[in-house]
Amino acid sequence: MSEPIPAPATGPAAGPAAAPALELLDVTAGYDRRAPVLDGISLTVAAGESVGLLGPSGCGKSTLARVAALLHRPWAGAVRLAGREVRGFRHRAPRELRTSVGVVFQQPRLAADPRLTLADIVAEPLRATGRRAEIPDRLPELAASVGLGGDLLARRPHEVSDGQLQRACLARALVLRPKLLICDEMTAMLDASTTAALVAAVEDHRRAHGTALLAVGHDRVLLRRWCDRVVDFPPA
Amino acid sequence: MTAQTSPPVRLSVRELSVRFWMRGGRTVAAVTDVSFDVAAGECLALVGESGCGKSVLTSALLGLLPGNAQVRGSALLDGLDLIAADEATLARTVRGRRVALIPQSPAAHLTPVRTVRSQLEETVRELTGARGHQARAAAERVAERAAFPADHLDHHPHELSGGLAQRAAIALALVGDAPLLIADEPTTGLDRDLVDRTVDELRRHVDDGHGLLVITHDLAAAERVADRIAVMYAGRVVELADADDFFGSPGPRHPYSRGLLDALPERAFTPIPGMPPELDALPDGCAFAPRCPRADAACAAVPALTGASGRAVACHHAYARTPETADV
Repeated sequence: MSEPIPAPATGPAAGPAAAPALELLDVTAGYDRRAPVLDGISLTVAAGESVGLLGPSGCGKSTLARVAALLHRPWAGAVRLAGREVRGFRHRAPRELRTSVGVVFQQPRLAADPRLTLADIVAEPLRATGRRAEIPDRLPELAASVGLGGDLLARRPHEVSDGQLQRACLARALVLRPKLLICDEMTAMLDASTTAALVAAVEDHRRAHGTALLAVGHDRVLLRRWCDRVVDFPPA
Repeated sequence: MTAQTSPPVRLSVRELSVRFWMRGGRTVAAVTDVSFDVAAGECLALVGESGCGKSVLTSALLGLLPGNAQVRGSALLDGLDLIAADEATLARTVRGRRVALIPQSPAAHLTPVRTVRSQLEETVRELTGARGHQARAAAERVAERAAFPADHLDHHPHELSGGLAQRAAIALALVGDAPLLIADEPTTGLDRDLVDRTVDELRRHVDDGHGLLVITHDLAAAERVADRIAVMYAGRVVELADADDFFGSPGPRHPYSRGLLDALPERAFTPIPGMPPELDALPDGCAFAPRCPRADAACAAVPALTGASGRAVACHHAYARTPETADV
């Protein structure tokens, strides 16, 4: 696989507002030595735009989400965040790129440390990036914005419902004010009312901060209602 | 749909309550005064937000509650009270034989290290006493009834797609020819096509004469499979309705049911404000009142579930029986 991509100017001259939040160009990715899960996929999410990526289970849309979140290294192709080409993935990704993307996964039970309180789960990114001092300011406001009131923040995952834990996972993804939020089947386990509440919380945050969104899912009606644009997997 | 000519009642649950005694003297009121019927050839869908007590109800009907649970009320299945029955009776004559469970996560329910055939044959031997090639033939027949492809019988669970794993679980549930099937969140995490196929298969077994109790928070799946809907909130059934009335016109009568439907992306996509109450700290009076647009002083008293058997609601300010200005 070649590295094609006639790269546009990626310097600061491109202007942060103009560059798309996410560009995947001819990305090929997979696991082990098997056939690629993503084979030459391209997808663009403009700055501040919301894109729904729709596909049945097993089609590779979660792999795409993981590549976009810098959690999985593609075999070939280019990934750009806000115009900057990504060279390292996972722990090799530069911090400012990693922290510019927030991710919410399908299963909150697998995505949250069961030993932590919800408050610690939400504040984890601040702590990990040396911004502990901001916790007292940010935490209550953010918790309120995702509907985590009362004593819920003091509880641990086994003491709350899936929906409440997913609210905490959403808050965690938003706490560093990412430029791009990726929701991979965020609401697949949740009931209708919790789904609508989480989507409303995402949209409130996006309105306030201009965050771009890539929402991955299988529910066409939901993604149509939620996103500016819905793309069927594999994106053309 | 068939309220007037309904066949004899299979399962009759009356005033079922489940309490958990917790350390520190806390009590969790998981299920409170729940009553409903499921007839042969009928599907009742029990819907509600997560944590409303739906799954505890399933465990109560199967006698699978932990030791700190206290159960009141009755659940008559063709004359046998599932609540009063002792463990030996439940193990020997009820589970798998009179009530079969279709689990939430089939992949986790199946034994990972054995083929589907071997698990089916074991269940056949256990429930019917058939041996050898008889067991083998019976396993193949039941796989066919569940639309599980014969050429996949020698596969292990991890080699199956989500849909095939679900069919394998349904096949296991059909082995004992139990008249009542209970499906606990059978479609969670499946994509829409698979949800439709799974519920259509469940529906086929209802049309074959099984009674089916589906526990789900997926309203689209409930609409597709159910004859009747029971809405549960904070451990109580707050509305019972025919599925056609509920999803169509005149629509749900309880404000909570309305809120659930209005939260759907194909409707208003508006969440119900707030969150469900904790089951160990239920408010006095109507548990939904703190989130309810119609609540007033009357709601300080718990409303009783009143109405004809096909159509009942527990609300002091239920929406009218006739179609009104609800947004469609």
